[in-house]
This record gives sequence, structure tokens and C-alpha cells, in this order.
Amino acid sequence: MRLTLKIWRQKGAADKGGFVRYPVDRVDGEMSMLECLDVLNESLIEKGEEPIAFEHDCREGICGSCGFMIGGVAHGPMPATTVCQLTMRHFKDGQELVIEPWRAAAFPVIKDLIVDRRAFDRIIASGGYISVSTGNAPDGNAHPVGKEMADRAMDAAACIGCGACVAACPNASAALFTGAKIAHLNLLPQGKPEKDRRALRMVGQMNAEGFGNCTNIGECTAVCPKEIPLEVIAIMNRDYLRASVVRREELVAAIAPVSGWDVGGKS
Amino acid sequence: MSSIAAAPPQNRAPGFWASTNGKKIVMAVTGAILFAFVVGHLAGNLQIYEGPQKLNAYGRFLHSIGELLWPVRILLLTCVGLHITATAQLALRAKRARPVGYSRRQAIASSYASRTMYWSGPIVLAFVIFHLLNLTAGYIHPGGAFVEGDVYHNVVSGFQVWWVSAWYIFSIGLLGLHLRHGLWSMFQSVGIHQPRYAAAMKSAAFAIALLIVLGYISIPISVLLGLVK
Ligand code: FES
Repeated sequence: MRLTLKIWRQKGAADKGGFVRYPVDRVDGEMSMLECLDVLNESLIEKGEEPIAFEHDCREGICGSCGFMIGGVAHGPMPATTVCQLTMRHFKDGQELVIEPWRAAAFPVIKDLIVDRRAFDRIIASGGYISVSTGNAPDGNAHPVGKEMADRAMDAAACIGCGACVAACPNASAALFTGAKIAHLNLLPQGKPEKDRRALRMVGQMNAEGFGNCTNIGECTAVCPKEIPLEVIAIMNRDYLRASVVRREELVAAIAPVSGWDVGGKS
Repeated sequence: MSSIAAAPPQNRAPGFWASTNGKKIVMAVTGAILFAFVVGHLAGNLQIYEGPQKLNAYGRFLHSIGELLWPVRILLLTCVGLHITATAQLALRAKRARPVGYSRRQAIASSYASRTMYWSGPIVLAFVIFHLLNLTAGYIHPGGAFVEGDVYHNVVSGFQVWWVSAWYIFSIGLLGLHLRHGLWSMFQSVGIHQPRYAAAMKSAAFAIALLIVLGYISIPISVLLGLVK
């Protein structure tokens, strides 16, 4: 199979960037999208050109490293699939695929298809944890959790933080991600002690980042490789509303977004 | 910067109104109040089919309860103001949130109504202003003299002008689109979502929006067809 890949190339944050067309011959239907890029990169390296930078790690759809837009859809045309799991047999011979990075102010491009998603890390750090006592591991059945609740929390916890929801949202909102991270802990008894504070802090951090607002239109969940339901956004809104009403303490602090990729390195 | 992992700088987190979630909650509540007005107004308007006496008596009744009429008007104006302020701020924020757009984008799940809220809203607002000048204040009243207190006459003579009716029908259609998404979306914004009812709620929002559109546009259509004279 022969494909033309029209790929976004950008040397760094300061570079303007632009599309470059690459014809790729001998694409095998069994290859994944990332393997197809590997093949292209091999040929670029042979020619002495700069290979295309893209993020990847597990290549089995569980780590959330990979992701870019293919033909205007985050992670490409197949539902519930990351680009590392997307096989090339879903494309037609001779097709041209437009490949570009997630586009959001909160996700600045680092290079080519790699964007800086540390905004997600800061949202997690602001409240995506529970407090447990150190020492012996707690007894497995100390907190009875109903099957139904366990399933709902698990569905929310399936979020791998790839950022496709932000990419697909016309407002570049992180509501689905933040909703999933809040819901997965707030639904469980282990998450109860910090429930209100978690909702306030994580929503606060999400709003301190440059994400847009949620307009409840559902593009996010349609592209989500883990099919996180829209319900988690309602759970976030509900818990945030409740926490805003009952809170006693002063406004929670948010971590100021750190811009620039090299912050924290040696310089 | 040094490589010592200093605590990242802390800021005050955005408060309720400053947060996108808070603004959406305000939009949901004000939207719900405005929806209640849309329903009540329709119920009042439909009395046109019971003849001039009935409709004019209803108009007089509304004016006779002045102590109540103004608080309600102020409430509605406040809701309109908050709804629009929140939308405008959120729209600007969303624009800033994606400074570089996609070369290609495909909507795969969202409804047409949900993607056009930013259009249907302002056009409906422009219509409401025209509508108030047309039938409440009487400043713009093509189709004959505006008679203070004769609601029936004003409505019928106003709608006999084709473009007044056409503008009305078009705007009500957009209001229907706006409600179709808004009636469902407001529950999501305040945190009510039960997957078992989600599909039914979306269908209900569609049905209610459709009924409201049909109810409203039946009036200019009846006037244009000569059924109401
Ligand atoms: S590389 Fe891990 S999810 Fe794709």
C-alpha cells in the first residue's frame, strides 16, 4: 500500500512550522500508525534528514504517550483506539493523511508532533491523590466498595491522559480529563476525606491553565481511546458546586503554569 | 533556572465566577429561568386564538400587576445580562485556548445545534430587541399604527407585514436550536447526568424545543394565512 503523509514539521516552540508531504511506499496493513512513521523515519535518517519527532512508549494503548490528529480526528478514524494501536489496514491505498499535533494554548508544541502536556501533570498534582497512612498495607476489605461503584470508578480511572479530549474539543477544554481524574477518586470511599478539596483544587488548577470551557458537545468522549463517558464532567461540576458551597477555608492555591520546556534542567 | 526542585510558584486559584465551571453553572441557571419565561410567554400568546377580548384582557392583567411585573422584568434582564456576559467571556477564553487552529478538523459526535450556540444566541438577542420595540414599546411598527393596549391589533397588523413574520419565524427556529442543546446541557453543567436517562433527556429536549417553535410560529403563520384577523 502506498500512502502520502502530510506531516506537521516544527523545529521548536519558536519555529513557525509547516506541513511537509512524504510519500511512503510499502505500507503494510498490519503496521500500526507509529510503525508507519518508524519506516518513514528510517528512510529520512538514511537520507540524512531529521526524523519526525513523535511521542510513544508502551505501543499497546495503555500509557497515553502517543497521539496526534489524523485527517482532523484525534487518534484517527477508529473509535477507542490510540495511534499506536491504529493499524494501517483502515486506510485506502493512495490516500493522503494529514497529520498534525494536538493544538491548544495549554499544550505548546515542543517539536513536530510532540506537545508539552505538563498542564495535565499539574492538574493531577493539585488533587489527584488520596492520603494513606504509611506502615502496613491496609486490609484489602477495610473499605467495602460496591461492585457498581467500583466499576464506575474504574471506568473513569481508565483515562490514560493522552490529551485527545483537549485536542478534539472546539474550545480546547480539559473537562473530560479533569472530570475523569476527579470522578475516579471521588466515587470511592478512599477518596471521600479529600473529596471537596480535590474538586476545588483540581478545577482551580484546570482553570489556571490555558484550557477553554466545556460546552457539553461531546466531541471529547467520541475520540477518547478509553471511551471515558461525558458523565465524569457532570460529576466534576456537581462536586465542584457542592464544594464551592460548603467550603470553609480560604481559596486554594494553584500551581502557576511553567512555560518553556527546559525549566528545571541544567543551565 | 537552577536544577534544584524548588516548589513551583503558587497562585490563587480562580474563584467560582472566574472558573469556567462556575460560569457554566450561572449560564445553566439563568438559561433555565429564561426558558421558564419562554414557556410562560407562549402560554400567554396562544390566547390570541381565543379572540381579541381574551388577549387584550391578558395584556391589561399583566400591566395591572405592576408591582410584580417590574421585579420579573428586572430578574429577566439580569439573567440575560449574566448569560451573555458569561458566554462572551467563555468564548474569548476558548479562542485564546487554541491560538493555532487545525488545518483540518472533523466534528464526529456533536450536534449542529450544539456547535452553533454562539450564533443562535446573538441572533435571538437581536430578535428580542426588535420584538420589544415592535410589540411592547411600539417604536418600530410597520403595518399600521401601534395602538397602546390593543395587543391583538398590534400583533395581527405587525405580522401581516411579511418580513416581520419571516424574521420572527427564522429567529424562533434559532431559539429552538438553542433550546435543543441548552435544555440538555444545563443539567450537565450543574452536575446532573444519569446515563440511563441521558438519551431520553436529549430526546425530551428536542421534543420540547420543537413544541415551543411550533407554538410560536403558529401565530404569524395563522395571521399570514388569514386565519387570525
Ligand atoms: S504509546 Fe502508549 S498509548 Fe500509545
